[in-house]
This record gives sequence, C-alpha cells and structure tokens, in this order.
Amino acid sequence: MSIRVGQAAEAPPFQKAALPLLDDTQLRKNVRHATNVITRKRAAVVGEQHDWQQLRASASAIKEHTLRHLDRYLEQFEKNCTAAGGHVHWAADADEANRIILDLIQQQGGKEIIKVKTMTSDEISLNPALEAAGIHPHETDLADMIIQLGRDKPSHIVVPALHKNRQQVREIFMREMGLNELGDRPEDLTTAARNYLREKFLRVKIGFSGANYLIAETGGVCVVESEGNGRMCLTLPETLITIAGIEKVIPTFRDLEVFLQLLPRSATGERMNPYNSLWTGVHKGEGPQNFHVILLDNGRTRILSDQESRQTLRCIRCGACQNACPVYRQTSGLAYGSIYAGPIGAILTPQLFDMQHAQTLPYASSLCGACYEVCPVKINIPEVLIHLRGRVVREQQSSANLEAIGMKVMSRIFSSRRTFESAQRLGRLGQWPFVSEGWVKHLPGMLGNWTEVRDLRPMPAQTFRTWWKNRQKQKLKLEDSPGTQVSQKPGLKENHHA
Amino acid sequence: MPDTTNTREAILHRIRTANADAPSSDYALIERAYQQSASMDRAEILKTFADRLHEYDAHVTEATQQTVPAAIAEVLRRNHQHSAIVADGFPPSSLPEGVHWQQESELNTAEGAISGCEVAIAHTGTIIIKGSRRITLLPERLLCVVYASQVVETVPEAFARLQPLAAEPLTFISGPSATADIEMTRIRGVHGPRFLDVILLQD
Ligand code: SF4
Repeated sequence: MSIRVGQAAEAPPFQKAALPLLDDTQLRKNVRHATNVITRKRAAVVGEQHDWQQLRASASAIKEHTLRHLDRYLEQFEKNCTAAGGHVHWAADADEANRIILDLIQQQGGKEIIKVKTMTSDEISLNPALEAAGIHPHETDLADMIIQLGRDKPSHIVVPALHKNRQQVREIFMREMGLNELGDRPEDLTTAARNYLREKFLRVKIGFSGANYLIAETGGVCVVESEGNGRMCLTLPETLITIAGIEKVIPTFRDLEVFLQLLPRSATGERMNPYNSLWTGVHKGEGPQNFHVILLDNGRTRILSDQESRQTLRCIRCGACQNACPVYRQTSGLAYGSIYAGPIGAILTPQLFDMQHAQTLPYASSLCGACYEVCPVKINIPEVLIHLRGRVVREQQSSANLEAIGMKVMSRIFSSRRTFESAQRLGRLGQWPFVSEGWVKHLPGMLGNWTEVRDLRPMPAQTFRTWWKNRQKQKLKLEDSPGTQVSQKPGLKENHHA
Repeated sequence: MPDTTNTREAILHRIRTANADAPSSDYALIERAYQQSASMDRAEILKTFADRLHEYDAHVTEATQQTVPAAIAEVLRRNHQHSAIVADGFPPSSLPEGVHWQQESELNTAEGAISGCEVAIAHTGTIIIKGSRRITLLPERLLCVVYASQVVETVPEAFARLQPLAAEPLTFISGPSATADIEMTRIRGVHGPRFLDVILLQD
C-alpha cells in the first residue's frame, strides 16, 4: 500500500517552506484580507445561531458514533446505492483509486472530464495521473480554475486561491484563455469563467466530483457548493464518478439538518451556501445514467485505530480552523507542503503518512486553541497536535540521532549546580563570534536549526544568580546607610525582550 | 476494471480491528438539543423568509391563487422576457397567456425557467426543488413560486417534511449562483442563474 497526500512527500519542512512566504508581502496581504473577511462573516452568522453549541455537540456525537460503527454504515451505503443503480468501488490507496478512475474513463472512451472541486482528488494526485494517460481534467470551480490555469498550488480548503488577488487572476485568465481584453473587476473575471466553461459543461460526457456526505440510509450523496459548476458536473454528463473518503458517510438523511447548518456558517460565513445537490444512484430521465462512487481508505483506517487522534476523522473540511489560526494567517497554506494546510493539515497530513513525512507539521502551531474553539465538529486539534509531537519525539529517539544525544548531555548539565554554572561561563565566552548588533543570528551545527527561524539575545554579562548573590552582599552593606536605592536587576534588563 | 473485492474485505477488516474496542452505541440515543420546531408566528416566519431572500439579492413578489398568473406575467415583463421554460408538474392554470412556453429541447436558448418547490426554509432563505435539475440551472433567470404553507422556520422542520422524498434528486437553492473566490467579494451568477425571482403565494 502506498499512501499519498498530493505531493507532500517531497515537500520541505514547514519552517523552511515558510521563510520565503513570509517575505512575499503581496501574498501575506491577500491572505490576511481573505481570512479577515471570512472570520468576520463567520462570527456574525455563528453569533446569531443561538443553538450553535447544541448543533456542534450533536454533530460531533453523530460523527463519533458513525466512526465507531463505520463498517456497518459503509455496507449500508453500498447496499442502498447499488440498489438505486449506482456502482460502488473500494480503493485502499491513491494508486488503486487512480487506476479505478482511469479504467472507468477509458471504458467510456473519454478524453476529457469536467471536475467539481474535490480535495480528495488532490490528495490522490488524480490530475497528473489522468494527464499522463492523455485525459484532460477541466477544473470548474473558479478558484480551482485559477490554480489549474496558473499552474499553482491550492492554499486553503474552501477558497484554494485566496492567495491571489484580482490583478493576478486577470493575468492568468488573459494568458490561458487567449483573451486580448479583460477587466479586473471580480464581475469581469467570473463572466470570463462562465463563458470559458459553458461550452465544456454542455459537451464533456464525464463528470467527476467529491462528496460532502454519503447517506447510509438512502445510498444518496450530497454536494455543497456556491457557483453552480457543481450542479453542471453532477447533472449534465452521461457518466458521473464520485470519490469520497470512507469517513464521509453519515447514518441518515435527517443528519443533514445538523451538518447543513454548521458547514456554510463555518466555511464561508453564510447562513446557507447557494446550492446543495442530493441524488441517489441513478434517476430515470434525470441526470447521469451511469454513476460510480469510489470509497477511499488511503490511511484513514490507520487513523481510526489511534484512540487519541481518531477524532481527526470527524472533519467536515470547513476551513474555519485555518482562518482562525495565527500561524496559517502569517504563512498561508503554501508553507504546509500539503493540500491539507492549517491546523487540520498539521494533524491530518502526518497521520495519513503514518508520521513518515511531514513530521514538522505538528510543530506549526502555537497551541493557542483558536482552532478547537471554531471547529464545528469539536475536534480538539491542540490535543491531537501534542499527541503527534509525542509520536515524532519517540520515533526520533528510537533512531538515536544527535538531538537525542544532545538531550542526554543537557540533562547531565542541568542536574548539578556546579556543572550548570560552569556551562554558563563557557557559553558566555564561546558566544562572542556569533553576536552581531546585539543579536545572535546564526549558531553553528545543529543549533543552527534553532536560529534559522529565530534571533536570540546573547547571554547577559552577568546571570541572575550572580546578580542576586551580589545584591544580597550589597544590601547588607547598604542597610547601614538608609536613603540609597538598591539597583534594579542590571544584567537582566537586556534579556527581557528575548 | 481492477478487482476490488479483496480491497473491500481488507478495508472492512481494518475498520473492524480498529473498532474492536468500541462500546456499542445506539444511534437513537444521540442527543439533539438544537432547535427543531418553530419559535415565531406565521407572519414573522414569512417576513424572515422574504428578508433572507432580499439579502441574497433575490426579488420577492406577493400574490394570491387568483393573482398568480398576473404576478408571473408582471415578473416576465419586468425582466423583458418573452419566453420561459416550465418545470414538469407546474400547474398550467397558474401560467399567464401570451408567453412562448418552451420545451426542454430548447433549454439552451431559454430566457428563464419557472418552477414550484417542495419546502422552503425561512431561517436560511432556502428553497428546495425536487427534480427539474437542468431547467433550474441553465437559463439566466429562475422564477420560483412558493406557497406560504410550504415555508417552515427551521432547517430540521424542512428535513422532517422532506423525509418521504429522501431518495429523490433534490436541489437546495439559497439565492442566485454566487462566488466569493476572488478577494472574498460576493459576485452573483457564475454558472447557475444570475437572477432569482420568488413569488410568495398566500394560500
Ligand atoms: S478540523 Fe474542524 S474547523 Fe478545521 S476544517 Fe475540519 S471541521 Fe473545519
């Protein structure tokens, strides 16, 4: 089995990837603007929903119950979807999913497909797999189109191109759609997209989608969207292929009353998004007559078996944790090296990889808890982050690396006052070649990892312990001459800002 | 087609192993303390519904059973529409005269579509339509006729009414098609109808 999360295996560590992004002022401005707008809108519509906490409680209970009886609900979904004329396939990993999809498309003799936004297809790197086989996937979601035509990477779950502004989008559209003229008002840009895609919607015979919910009770599927491109892909083609992670199943039709209240408010700050489509298998004379669902594992069953982090699978991909995260807001989603960015990405990506890659992601957080507070299904992301950090450390310790040796030496030094004080003296002497303009900017060797993303204050001329000793002596002397003030911690003042 | 029977068994086996320690829990016992019934009176519910539609840039007209053909004619006139395509099952007696009613084969050239609905939700300004997925999607304009008795206050009340239709193709519509993908500015009408008209019918 080979589990893949987009191109994350080749991605640099978070701390490295974040550096150039922090220098990109345009990108940071775009991200700040977008996350501010969504956060504000979300707060308003969540604030007016007086039963918000009750909805969250029910949503997390439904998800938790479903996950613990996942076999039963998946089988029920399969049975009902098949009875309604759909075909259900199971895929253990990305390669198997891609092979099934490719076979289905080739059976129809298709050379093109129209796609509605699906994170799961990015997770399995479907587009490159199709292109390698000579099949062209047309992304139809406006943001996905911007990413596809601009050969860029998505940076947000809900608004994948939020790091691009209107001028940048205009340039991409003019170049890729071969337009000589195009305004840069959002209206102009959406009209260009409408004209560009209409012909494809009407011509291409195979549609491809993800799923927000699979309904066990009916065998139905629900897709949530805004633009209508989803409805086009779901109803106009002759064949429809839908991919969904196995955790997307919910027990009953009625459960949607909970999720359809939580998702739009959390994701885009709307009371309801413009369109939700529900269908069940094949409907005679209405929509695609050939319908396939692929149920994807790709590491999910492994997450299910970890008691502490199983809750990760409750995620309904609303992106609220990304908008709320102070780290994400500074670096954008591009730093996470994975299609799943922000707090949810920091816990999901390394787990999908069984902690073999993306080990720096659990550290891309200040554990402030903002993500947990906004999460509509109450995933305790900080708790899972700490659990995963523990796993990273355990794995690294077992590989007996330099850091582990360093930690052992440190514990010796810290365990006796004498060794500690002499280490401090040595440090003060040894640091001078690295101090410039009052800061330590680069340390040698392994310590360099620390200074790569931080500047340090040098060690002060005198430690607190020495200052305290001297002060006590001074005090004894001064007690004889009243009216004189004891000096304020001299050497420590400097260190305060570090 | 690759044979995925073994994969199916393997995935189910992994799930069962992972859940071997799961205490059995009863779906029926899941707590649902959220609002499930109406808290406002009928007049307030209808007003909320109209307000929400306005916020989505939809146009709302009120009418009665007797005046509905005239109301439809008025909406078409205001929109400079000479033709429209009508959803299956829409009562012909509600249609005005003097309009060219198109067939589904003329969908690509239709100026607009007219449809009824199953249920509408005041709290979110949502209209739920059964079937007719193509005709309510492709034209520039959609006119939807909603009976006051079809409007409920909350999302859970709508799902209770929709339960018998759970396996039908359903579309939830909340305002015209829109996107906020570019600089988070809400733009109306990307691929679906750019304009939504609603006639609210007192019954
Ligand atoms: S973890 Fe919670 S807040 Fe983050 S995307 Fe998933 S559901 Fe939304």
